[in-house]
Amino acid sequence: MLTIPRELVDKIVAHARADHPDEACGILAGPAGSDRPERFVPMENAERSPTFYRFDSMEQFRVWREMDDRDEVPVVIYHSHTATEAYPSRTDITLASEPDAHYVLVSTASEEETSFRSYRIVDGVVTEEEVKIVESYG
Amino acid sequence: MAIEVRIPTILRSYTDGAKAVNAKGATLEELIGDLESRHPGLKDRLVDDSGLRRFVNVYLNDEDVRFLGGLGTPVADGDTVTVLPAVAGGAR
Repeated sequence: MLTIPRELVDKIVAHARADHPDEACGILAGPAGSDRPERFVPMENAERSPTFYRFDSMEQFRVWREMDDRDEVPVVIYHSHTATEAYPSRTDITLASEPDAHYVLVSTASEEETSFRSYRIVDGVVTEEEVKIVESYG
Repeated sequence: MAIEVRIPTILRSYTDGAKAVNAKGATLEELIGDLESRHPGLKDRLVDDSGLRRFVNVYLNDEDVRFLGGLGTPVADGDTVTVLPAVAGGAR
């Protein structure tokens, strides 16, 4: 299960809507071992594409090093699908490389409604999980 | 002195869980060959017949080696090499 504050859900959805029709991507960092997303880090989609995303390699290096320095991990890795449903594509599954992360997909295919779903992707196996939205961690 | 190679989570099964290992070589290619001799299987996850794998990022200190000399990039004692799987995907 992914437990996530509403504020972070809203930021991801706003990023996905702003970049539509291109795919938006980024991470939520959180303390190592906590499984708790805390820090919103939108990333540039170096592909600027409606059907593909890739973190810019130098931006990824800086963000990953900053997380190392703060003893954080990418608790959530998110991206949007802009014309299809919020389910991992074959490409998403093949390239998934963070076995401990929650892979969040949002779909902006509908103008009225943004779907927001979360998955584990380990060794090519996709498992959808419940998303529990909280007002704060209390 | 040696060259420190930082290993991402997904490849630590090759390094007995170690986050960083030491290696030696004069170029990135030699360094990867040296890594392979002690961590068999790792090389195949980093390179293919055409060079560095497309969705693996390798950095020498603060630079992506694609902007340096790829596998031919010179490396020296005291350098740090960081491996990060590219974060990528998409609907296509």
